[in-house]
Amino acid sequence: MQLIRMAQMIEVTTMPETHPKKVLEVRDLSIGFSMQDRVVEVVKKISFDVNQGEILCVVGESGSGKSVTARALMRIARPGKILNGSIRLYDDAGRCVDITELDEQSEDMRAVRGDRIGMVFQEPMSSLSPVHTIGEQIIETILLHRNMTAGKARQEAIEALRRVQIPDPETAIDKYSFELSGGMRQRAMIAMALSCEPEILIADEPTTALDVTTQAEILRLIKRLQSELGMSVIFITHDMGVVAEVADRVAVMYHGEITEIGTVEQIFHKPAAKYTRHLIGASSRFTITGDQDRGGTLPRDGAKKMLEVRNLNLTFRKSTGILFRKVTEFNALKDVSFSLAEGENLGIVGESGSGKTTLVRALVGLLKTDSGTAMYQSDDGREFDLLQPNALRNAGLNREIRMVFQDPFSSLNPRMTVEQVIAEPLVMERKHSRSDIRKRVANLLDRVGLPSNVLSRYPHAFSGGQRQRISIARALAVNPRMIIADEATSALDGSIRSQILDLLFDLQSELGLSYMFVGHDLGVVRYFCDRIAVMHNGSLVEIGDAASVCQRPERDYTKQLIGAVPGTDPSNRRLILT
Amino acid sequence: MLKSPKPQQQPNSDDGFEAPTPLTTQGTETQFQLIWRAFKAHKLAMISLAVLSLLYLVAIFAEFLAPNDPYAVNARYTYAPPQELHFIDHDETGGWSIRPHVLGYKVEVDPIALRRTYVMDESTKYYIHFLPETHEVNMWGLFPTKRHLFDVDGRREVLFLLGTDRLGRDVLSRLIYGARVTLSIGLAGILLSLVLGVIIGGVSGFYGGWIDNLIQRVIEFIRSIPPIPLWMGFSAALPRDWTPLQNYFVITVILSLVGWTELARVVRSRFLSLKSEDYIAAAKLDGVSDSRIIVRHMLPAFTSHIIATATLAIPGMILAESSLSFIGLGLQSPVISWGVLLQEGQNLRALADAPWLLWPGAAIVITILAMNFLGDGMRDAADPYGSND
Repeated sequence: MQLIRMAQMIEVTTMPETHPKKVLEVRDLSIGFSMQDRVVEVVKKISFDVNQGEILCVVGESGSGKSVTARALMRIARPGKILNGSIRLYDDAGRCVDITELDEQSEDMRAVRGDRIGMVFQEPMSSLSPVHTIGEQIIETILLHRNMTAGKARQEAIEALRRVQIPDPETAIDKYSFELSGGMRQRAMIAMALSCEPEILIADEPTTALDVTTQAEILRLIKRLQSELGMSVIFITHDMGVVAEVADRVAVMYHGEITEIGTVEQIFHKPAAKYTRHLIGASSRFTITGDQDRGGTLPRDGAKKMLEVRNLNLTFRKSTGILFRKVTEFNALKDVSFSLAEGENLGIVGESGSGKTTLVRALVGLLKTDSGTAMYQSDDGREFDLLQPNALRNAGLNREIRMVFQDPFSSLNPRMTVEQVIAEPLVMERKHSRSDIRKRVANLLDRVGLPSNVLSRYPHAFSGGQRQRISIARALAVNPRMIIADEATSALDGSIRSQILDLLFDLQSELGLSYMFVGHDLGVVRYFCDRIAVMHNGSLVEIGDAASVCQRPERDYTKQLIGAVPGTDPSNRRLILT
Repeated sequence: MLKSPKPQQQPNSDDGFEAPTPLTTQGTETQFQLIWRAFKAHKLAMISLAVLSLLYLVAIFAEFLAPNDPYAVNARYTYAPPQELHFIDHDETGGWSIRPHVLGYKVEVDPIALRRTYVMDESTKYYIHFLPETHEVNMWGLFPTKRHLFDVDGRREVLFLLGTDRLGRDVLSRLIYGARVTLSIGLAGILLSLVLGVIIGGVSGFYGGWIDNLIQRVIEFIRSIPPIPLWMGFSAALPRDWTPLQNYFVITVILSLVGWTELARVVRSRFLSLKSEDYIAAAKLDGVSDSRIIVRHMLPAFTSHIIATATLAIPGMILAESSLSFIGLGLQSPVISWGVLLQEGQNLRALADAPWLLWPGAAIVITILAMNFLGDGMRDAADPYGSND
């Protein structure tokens, strides 16, 4: 019976779409959050339709209100409140329910949730319960919405898992979420959302937390399921590359308003709003095709080597048990060798767990290595091994080698003002007067594009991009020669990311810096770096010119990585072949 | 040779599209201001703060506030019941005026049981005066004064708003003096615990390894000993001839010797979680020394947590002092503490005939509830950067 229903749906979708049928109609929807003394409106009178069998991408940067909108459609936006507007859900026969008029807790609303609208969240680990097997959770959903026996429901659950291509679904159904990898977890989540064959699937940044290769698989899966089941998908993302790959239509959100809505071709090829052009401009720079040099000042020909890393090994040991010690070992870095020339930008890419962050942390002495050398030529021509204990501190190299961290929220001490944060390395030098330090800090802030009247503010008052500028100012405070940027732009939105990268280029031209840039986004690394090193399972598998690594990869793993990068043009899709 | 730098693509002039700033504040608020704002939203904690401030003010100005000398024995008024405070004074002609006063006692002796019972004498009125000069006290042990906030006039008039005890001493005055010892022993004890807890917990959390292991096992050992027998053991070891002041200090030390363990654990866990923060790594890379990292970067991050935990630990101290004194092993008469006062209520006759002797118990309950609510409020407000829900 299910097959018949599916077949019917496929038939419906393959019919020529002269009149796309509306399944969801949102009109003048406003959502607000109550603060102590007032209501802050985060979504302002937005209207859009979702047609049957299409993927509508809602794209916008963080804080634009896209996730709140998605949650409001399911009526799980608490503590946000729907202030006005309507959300009409149409069924096959043309009858409609207004979701805004239902009570959040009511039977009717619960029937809509899961049964007619399914949802997939960003973080699959926290949206699946760790104390129930994924099977139990899927079966529970099925039993809630459909009238069938437990045994039948289990069969359905196994079917659902098979549909999302989880290998060996009969065994996988009895696993716990923590036994699965991130990609598998997200598949299980999708299986759960689809278990009752909803008409609409809302996917809220479903691939943001995943590695690029896993992201490609999940995108393909969603696209395939959507056309197989003939359902509509509302796909929320901040990544224009993902939009280009999956969207039929696109809604661009900015500050709680929809600035533009149209087909994906319109949006990408004839964008009307300035903000849309800005978004596309920012993302189209991170393309991995083409032979062009990176931006900024390129290194001199025959620049001398600054850092030479040879056969670096690092093992994490974890001992458990008090009486009977058991030591488990994990080889995080295996014989890693590379070099860095003056003025050069070296990119290190790899998936999570490949050891790229471990590598740079070992270089600055935050982690102890087992063996290997990392010879560094200092400014005055002396040579040091960075891997000796406390090498940076003892030789005063922590002035020359500086680091910018990934998370702009945890890398600044929330208890210190911007001035104190940036001045800390200067204070530690103990040779500047207070007024000198203050002048220098104001100077640095100006240099990284922040007004100097923010000196006495605390980090919580800044957005992610601004905080990253503060981190960069801290790194620059002592005139470094080399900056290690550990995923420094990964937590930022597209357009802010390119602003930060431009800033890094400017600083390089001006101060003659070299960068070691760790990233998982090949497009960004390609844009920023002269050479790229690819890491996989703790080994450095390939290193070479950025253009040649991206155009002519030698190793299979690199090819895989490159094949998974989303394109920038909807008429030339890389991941999803139509 | 420098290759020609590319023209800058899209400089920061396009900044109009920066994501909105997360907070609506000016951003110059210090940690304290943010905590205070979160704390103010906590109604119960604010009320508790007011109650506790009042209690501590009472304890500080005990000599001035107490209407009677807490040690003064009145053989005529043993176990006298509380006097009711009247505000409206009716005179014989039927007119009235606002003049606070209490009624005098009339003693009746039951001819069979020979029991003394007090009845209120409607005809004697003792008017209450404000800022009168009566018995002399030594304010804070520094200067003698005769001024008090309120009292009745004259030698023969008495004021026992909460009744008297077995020796005819004023319960209210003793309660006020007792607050001084009871409330301060909690603070002093917690201060000592705090010093021990922060140092030992800090060492445990910052260095880790076998030191951590050893300290944690010692803490587990101390916590596994039932507290009352332990205190009894300590107190029994005290020399009999020590002055009350010496006793007070020793009791404080005994209480904190057990109390530091909880704080040490809190401090250790904060150290462990902070050690992996990026900003600590950043400070290390800034060339900051270990001691400065601890003092400048780590301690401020959890002072608010420590203060909250300490506040929640004070009630334990107060209860411990009270129970020790109650079973007769803590402070002893003539020192006045709420626990010592409760000791008076130990026998059955007191409970049956003079229930007002249990007022110190009520004071303890109020103090401890207020401390707990305050601590809860502080704990909730302690991390203004945490989740906003």
